[in-house]
Amino acid sequence: MITLKLDGREVQAKKGQTILEVALENGIRIPTLCYLEGLSPKGTCRLCLVEIVNQNGKLVPACVTPAEEGLEVVTHSDRLAQIRRTIVEMLFLERNHICAFCVSNGHCELQDLAVELGMDHVTLPYRYPGLAMDLSHGGFGLDHNRCVVCGRCVRACSEVEGAFTWGFAGRGIDTMVATDLGTPWGLSETCTSCGKCVQACPTGALFEKGMATAAQIKSPEIIREVTERRPRVF
Amino acid sequence: MESVKKIPVTRIEGHGLITIKLGTDGSVEEARFHVTEVRGFEHFCRGRTVWEMPGLTARVCGICAVSHLLCSAKAGDAILAAKVPEAAHKLRRLMNLGQIIQSHALSFFHLSGADLFLGWDEDPAVRNVFGLMERYPELARDGIRLRAFGQRVIELLGGRRIHPAWAVPGGVEYPLDEERRDGIREGLPEAKRIIERTISLFEENLPRWREEIETFGDFPSLFMSLVAEDGTWEHYAGRIRFVDAEGRVVADRLDPSDYADYIAEAVEPWSFLKFPYYREYGYPEGMYRVGPLARLNTCERMGTPLADEVLKRFRDLSGGRAATSSFLYHYARLIEILSCVERIERLIEDPALLSPRVRADAGVNELEGIGVHEAPRGTLFHHYRVDEDGVIQWANLIISTGHNNLAMNRTVQQIAVHYLRGGDLSEGLLNRLEGGIRAYDPCLSCSVHAVGRMPLVVKLIGPDGTVIRERSLR
Repeated sequence: MITLKLDGREVQAKKGQTILEVALENGIRIPTLCYLEGLSPKGTCRLCLVEIVNQNGKLVPACVTPAEEGLEVVTHSDRLAQIRRTIVEMLFLERNHICAFCVSNGHCELQDLAVELGMDHVTLPYRYPGLAMDLSHGGFGLDHNRCVVCGRCVRACSEVEGAFTWGFAGRGIDTMVATDLGTPWGLSETCTSCGKCVQACPTGALFEKGMATAAQIKSPEIIREVTERRPRVF
Repeated sequence: MESVKKIPVTRIEGHGLITIKLGTDGSVEEARFHVTEVRGFEHFCRGRTVWEMPGLTARVCGICAVSHLLCSAKAGDAILAAKVPEAAHKLRRLMNLGQIIQSHALSFFHLSGADLFLGWDEDPAVRNVFGLMERYPELARDGIRLRAFGQRVIELLGGRRIHPAWAVPGGVEYPLDEERRDGIREGLPEAKRIIERTISLFEENLPRWREEIETFGDFPSLFMSLVAEDGTWEHYAGRIRFVDAEGRVVADRLDPSDYADYIAEAVEPWSFLKFPYYREYGYPEGMYRVGPLARLNTCERMGTPLADEVLKRFRDLSGGRAATSSFLYHYARLIEILSCVERIERLIEDPALLSPRVRADAGVNELEGIGVHEAPRGTLFHHYRVDEDGVIQWANLIISTGHNNLAMNRTVQQIAVHYLRGGDLSEGLLNRLEGGIRAYDPCLSCSVHAVGRMPLVVKLIGPDGTVIRERSLR
């Protein structure tokens, strides 16, 4: 067993556990977005950044950083609160997140994070990109306006379903999720229409077609439940 | 000498401006009602799905949310081209009745009550809903309770009083249960008592308002609304009928989907609000009015016993012709509230209302859809074109207040000519100009799909075009 300090409290961890997993076991909530139980952690959204006090306050993403002997970790501080708020703010202004008529209004992880982190307005200008929707699939829809590029759909599709339909296209701020190298979703030859991507998606970017405002309630926990019953494909 | 007056209009929903242009002799040369906001809703609907449109367009307005919600859902019905379950139609009707009650109550008690019962010459500091509460607490309380009932109907059906996203293409999101139905039923007796005594109060006061009745937009025009197959008052389905000032039916059983065949829109450089007119009569002769006054002129009966009795007294005022004074919008609004309460009484006992089958699930089967129904302020059209996936390519919203644009301008002109003396902009004149506009209960936020608080500004403009006086009414 490893002993480390979380917010001043000594806690025990098993070798190989991440800081996030240890925190969860000890009832400490660290905000996350790209992390989803059952999928491999990627540490891309940076919302789970924590401070390592005995390494000069170094910031590390808790979801991919292993717990180590003697680490002193701070999970909540003014500095972290500001960083997390800014990250959520930038997610909001990067695309067109209009909660008022969104299918996921009231059931959205991004919206919940904004509330939790006190992001009640933006301080930087909105980008208002002109993004399209892909409604070519018979059962599901994709709205890039609401996508935060967390990659949960990409990982659910490859790691759990093994279909590898979803991937990323473009670079940097222009990165978009894409099906079959940019083929419209409805024409995808690899998609099995299993819907795991929709359930894994934290916002209204992926949704079941025909859903009205606030009607899309997702069950991201099914990803964990599936992987508990059978090992991940990749 | 003053020659141009700008008058801001308050206690309406939206930003507006009245200008009065004076001739060299100080008489009114021209009076206009301008709508000074633009919003672009139709543009940013493009690229969204038809399933989102009810929730999206409901955001046009906080008062008229239900109107856009239902109209948009109906346009969506047309695009799905599926049979909407009967229970869904009935539930939507029920919500629209609640909407008419709450919106009319707001207009009559909160926005216009102070003008009507405290008088147009009363100090503006008092002539508002708070002044009304002080002088006539019972009346103000009645207004609040009645509006609350209408909102309660909306809330019990759609989960929230403002912006419920409950109506969807193909029906409604979820059915009504017994408990919520009984909640609606509970409020009916009080609502009925309130509207009956308010109608009595209004009728007792009618003789006091003789001058206003003659000058607040009393002129011949056409009237347009939906009526039921048998000519009864209608608010959700039916076909379009036009009647003229004599009460004669000019056009009947028009298919609402063909609106472009009989309604054309003119544009004037001085207002962001278009000027619709009856195509066959041309512009501006084809001026028509919509809303409560129009609906009472076009229909043959209200279809509910108590409201039909009051309708007879309403019609006696005009001696068999159409009621042509816009002041009578207030009276018409009260009669409609009564009829809506009676209709809810009837509808609430219908066991079909509790059916679990409330939504037809379908894909895109038509690439174009038109929804129409009667919003509190008049006939509302939503017209969408979509691609094969149901993404909006083009949208056109024709809003109730827009239909009344020509008539509102005419009303301003009539009041200015009647009350303006020697270029003197008395408080009483300004208040009556506002009151004339308020009679239509215009929703300028909807009409231009605009947002924000909207004071009405009045400008007085001299013969040479210079602004002599400008006032914002608060």
